[in-house]
Amino acid sequence: MTEELVIETKGLKKTFVSKIKGKKKEVEAVKGVDLAVKKGKIFGFLGPNGAGKSTTQKMLSTLLPPTGGEAKVAGFDLQKEQSQIRKNIGYVSQAGGTDSGATGYENLILQAQLYGIDDKTAKKQAEELVKRFQMDSFADRPASTYSGGQKRRLDVALGMTHRPQLLLLDEPTIGLDPQSRVYMWEEIKKLKADGVSIFLTTHYMEEADNLCDTIAIIDDGTIIIKGTPMELKNSIGADVIVLGFSDEDIARKSEKLLLDRFHPEKIAMEETFVRLHIKDGDRAIPEVLRLLDANNLKAQNITLSKPSLDDVFLKYTGRSLREDNK
Amino acid sequence: MKLLRGIQLMFIRNMRQTLRSPIFVFVSLFQPLLYLFLFMPLLNGLGGVPGLPAGKTVQIFIPGLLVMMALFGSAFVGFNLIDDIRSGVIERFLVTPVNRSAILLGRVLRDAVVLLTQCVLITLVAIPLGLSVNIGGFLLSLVLYAMVSITMASMSYSFALIYRIEDPLAPTLNTITLPLSLLSGIMLPLALAPLWLQDLAKVNPFSYAVNASRALFAGNFQSIDIIEGFVIIFLLMSVVFWWSLNSLRKLEE
Repeated sequence: MTEELVIETKGLKKTFVSKIKGKKKEVEAVKGVDLAVKKGKIFGFLGPNGAGKSTTQKMLSTLLPPTGGEAKVAGFDLQKEQSQIRKNIGYVSQAGGTDSGATGYENLILQAQLYGIDDKTAKKQAEELVKRFQMDSFADRPASTYSGGQKRRLDVALGMTHRPQLLLLDEPTIGLDPQSRVYMWEEIKKLKADGVSIFLTTHYMEEADNLCDTIAIIDDGTIIIKGTPMELKNSIGADVIVLGFSDEDIARKSEKLLLDRFHPEKIAMEETFVRLHIKDGDRAIPEVLRLLDANNLKAQNITLSKPSLDDVFLKYTGRSLREDNK
Repeated sequence: MKLLRGIQLMFIRNMRQTLRSPIFVFVSLFQPLLYLFLFMPLLNGLGGVPGLPAGKTVQIFIPGLLVMMALFGSAFVGFNLIDDIRSGVIERFLVTPVNRSAILLGRVLRDAVVLLTQCVLITLVAIPLGLSVNIGGFLLSLVLYAMVSITMASMSYSFALIYRIEDPLAPTLNTITLPLSLLSGIMLPLALAPLWLQDLAKVNPFSYAVNASRALFAGNFQSIDIIEGFVIIFLLMSVVFWWSLNSLRKLEE
């Protein structure tokens, strides 16, 4: 069975024209992006500020007309069927979109009405959403009194009001405290479990690692690499297994044994430690231990370190993502 | 999504915001009241100068004052739109199927309703001061003020959508609104002005609104001023509203 795509773009492009001192200046914010987002999955769009993440997302949500390229969103043509797309997607911008002058309920009811839902159903649906996102304790207060985490919950609930099949989230956890961030991650996973496809932008590597089935890294308007978090991490090199032994002799014997058995990219001994550079380190560990056991070589301790998405970003863009955002 | 339903929803949303702090509807009445009590008596003293028949000051001044309220009262509504842009509310509305023009029409209609409430209150206050009101004329004049209000509100929203920050908004709006009101013969009749100033006033669309407003209050329905005022303000309103709609479309660029 071929997997259905909920977003598919070919050469999607956005060029802004700005006039500075009467001179026209073209800025290529997005330089031809190809994306394929699978139905029912969480797709993460990673990149530093100004890389073109939000611009791409605004194009996909019909807010911004593309300068070139093609795209299908939720099965509809981005250039021709915008109103169909609007009915089928939810979009939560970085700013959120909560009307702080109104209560949570009022926000939710109006949002449903704007999608053509009648007043009675809108009210019922608002109540369901309040329960679903655990907003009972504050939904009847004006949103101006909400904490960051509460406001973000309402933002996402607003995006889900009309039960879209695709939810676009622009930096869903930016500025949230760690506890609210974890809560939001759980909510996003629950949405996925309900069958909603999610396209999120983030510049938090742990977020992408934690949530996303597939990620694409964009820098300076161009996609640099895409794949599963695991693939990307594997692409930059091996994991490192460090084994500790009681003396150098055992370590030397173990090193030779491991070298013959695994043909690792690199192996090195330092005093009583052996460092084994190997792909899929987590899978190799049981085998390493069995091999050593069978030869009566006892490891005293074992640690595994894997490359992080930060390392991935550093390798492909030549700079660290975090530095960029300070 | 039907246009009318969209307008209705947006109007209710904006009206609810206004009614949540109704005090401001009354605070903005303070300025016209000051004109009524601290400025109009000065005009009484002039009596009988061209354009201001003796003993009829209130009859000339109030219809002008109401146009001025429509001018100034609606000119600064752009500030609350900037809040909505910044908090992402407008973006959220734009992603829903709601008609783009409904987003702005719901706002300008709210602004017009607030303004008309104020106009009615000021008129009621002026009746004990000797103002005589032709009911038919007054109702028609309310339509005219609503159009002036929608014109100014649309302009204010356009600048808000273009700037997206508060700082340049107030100076821009002041720079436009002040000459518009000075050149419309609201404070003193333009008949007193030198010829060049009178010519300048002729290119100010709002001076026609003031003339129409005065003719309506006088119940002078044959006056060409009424038709002129309605046609000119209607055209202006259409153009400025179209401009604001265009600015909304370009918000993301």
